[in-house]
Amino acid sequence: MSDIVLETKGLTKYFYEPTKFKVLDNITMSVNHGEFVSIVGKSGCGKSTLLYLLSTMDTDYEGEILIHEELVTGQSDNDLARIRNGKIGFVFQFHYLLSEYNVLKNVMLPGLKLQQYSEAEIEHRAMEHLKTLGMEDQALKMPNQLSGGQKQRVAIARALINNPLIIMGDEPTGNLDKRNSDLVFDIFKELTQEYNQTLLVVTHDPDFAARTNRIITMEDGKIIV
Amino acid sequence: MNYRLILNIAVHLLRARLKQTIVAAAGVTFGIAMFITLLGFMNGLNDLLDGLMLNRTPHVRLYNEIKPVENQPVNLSEKYKNATNFITSIKPKDRGKAIYNSKTIIKVLKEDKRIVDVAPKVSTPVFFNSGTIEISGIINGISVTAEEELFKFSDYITDGNIADLEQNNSIIIGSGLAKKMMLERGDIIKVTTPKGNLASLKIVGISQIGIAEIDDVMSTTSLSTSQKILGESTNYITDIQLKLHDISLAPQLAKEFSTQFGVDTIDYQTANSQFETGSTVRSIISYAVGIVLLIVAGFGIYNILNMMIYEKMDSIAILKATGFSGNDVKWIFLSLSMIIGIAGGILGLIFGLLFSGIIDTIPFETASLPTIKTYPINYNMLYYIIGITFALVTTVIAGLLPALKASKIDPVEIIRGK
Repeated sequence: MSDIVLETKGLTKYFYEPTKFKVLDNITMSVNHGEFVSIVGKSGCGKSTLLYLLSTMDTDYEGEILIHEELVTGQSDNDLARIRNGKIGFVFQFHYLLSEYNVLKNVMLPGLKLQQYSEAEIEHRAMEHLKTLGMEDQALKMPNQLSGGQKQRVAIARALINNPLIIMGDEPTGNLDKRNSDLVFDIFKELTQEYNQTLLVVTHDPDFAARTNRIITMEDGKIIV
Repeated sequence: MNYRLILNIAVHLLRARLKQTIVAAAGVTFGIAMFITLLGFMNGLNDLLDGLMLNRTPHVRLYNEIKPVENQPVNLSEKYKNATNFITSIKPKDRGKAIYNSKTIIKVLKEDKRIVDVAPKVSTPVFFNSGTIEISGIINGISVTAEEELFKFSDYITDGNIADLEQNNSIIIGSGLAKKMMLERGDIIKVTTPKGNLASLKIVGISQIGIAEIDDVMSTTSLSTSQKILGESTNYITDIQLKLHDISLAPQLAKEFSTQFGVDTIDYQTANSQFETGSTVRSIISYAVGIVLLIVAGFGIYNILNMMIYEKMDSIAILKATGFSGNDVKWIFLSLSMIIGIAGGILGLIFGLLFSGIIDTIPFETASLPTIKTYPINYNMLYYIIGITFALVTTVIAGLLPALKASKIDPVEIIRGK
């Protein structure tokens, strides 16, 4: 297996509303294993759009996306869901936890879907991740009993549960105060350094981006650096 | 697909909206319970009334009607074959009420595979003598076992035992007749036949059909007793009554026997046509009301699921983002609706049975039905099966549209839209 986790070839995407508009223009890039990459750029430059193409959730584009040298472009909804489940972890700007489940169950859910391990094993792993993130005593609380920073840490634990190839973040600190953003950044940093976890984060926080391994700067749908 | 997980998610979504879920399930429960109660009650009544008619009317009856000869001599004449013949003042001819060659006909009918049983009958008008008064009436001479088999005659005997008719010169008289003449079981009644024969018969029972006109005139004896008082031989039979395996064949068989044996026939459907219509209409009404109730319940489920999907957009988006496919999401919402359907449906069956049971205990006494003490209920398994099937079908259909909608939700739109 090569070192390249994620690769795009000539990615182009149009928005059709209100008029036809090229959001992404012939983007070719790759992310190597263990890298902590941030994508920066002004609002509307297409960075989030790029992330959602890479996440396999948005399939309306031209060009090719390869995850672990496997072509994901053109795969069926079910196969893409399986790829998201097993290979990609997500952290969003808003926590997006399921309010019906407690913290532990929220973390376990993608694992239960993947069914790689037994339920007991998944629970054990979920607890381990929560412990790493300092959240083990909140495990049985409901999401609405947690603070914003705590919710984001639970979301990170959930992203980790299936040992993903890559964790994608869409403004993961955008909704947090300075102290909590630093906390989340430190967790990301620790993940890359200690667990060699690949990370791809869209942000418009220059401080955050400056501290990552590599910065991809976008403007008008193109990568400029 | 991991059904356990999907079911688990569905249950959690339901628990979060427990009140709405209960309301939705209650709608189904109410629909099914009413459906079953209504059908059970309606069909109980139908059965009762059908039974009432069936018990009095044979599926096919063979008899001799007093009527003019169908082929008048002038029609048989070669000379006037091509002419239009007008005949006036035709008088009917009494060919005798007895069915000619009845023993052979009965024998042939008994061998017919389509016929359950054959009950011969002698029916004759008589006068009952009470002191100086003469009251006109009818004596039906019946074959006790066949009559019981076909018409459950014992249901209508309020006093006495049908088996006692087998004794010589015994009679069961209608309740109206007994009342008029102040007679009781064990008394002797004097009878004059149309030909003037006089006979004394012992009353062994009182019958009550429930229609005063009939109870005022009808009495019943055995076949042999009636033949004896009429002074006729054992061949003398005025009616042959048939019970068929398949009642729908009655009109066809009636026609067939009419030509085969040269007698008049009448079938159940013709004799009770307006009655059949009543039963059918009642059934249709009860089914229609039940189904409408279930459809209304279905709309309730549809609404609640639709609302739930709007409320749970974020959850659906996150499920999809973390690896649940559109198919999984569709099954989550279908399971939701099926849980409501199954839970509501089963409760509906239980309540339906309960309501039926309650109606079954409400006293319902009527002079026309001496054996009925409470409202009749039909506990046919079929209604319960239809009920639960329909509950499931409506909930699945009601859940399908919202579920498909949920499966098509684009997570990117939701996540980016914040």
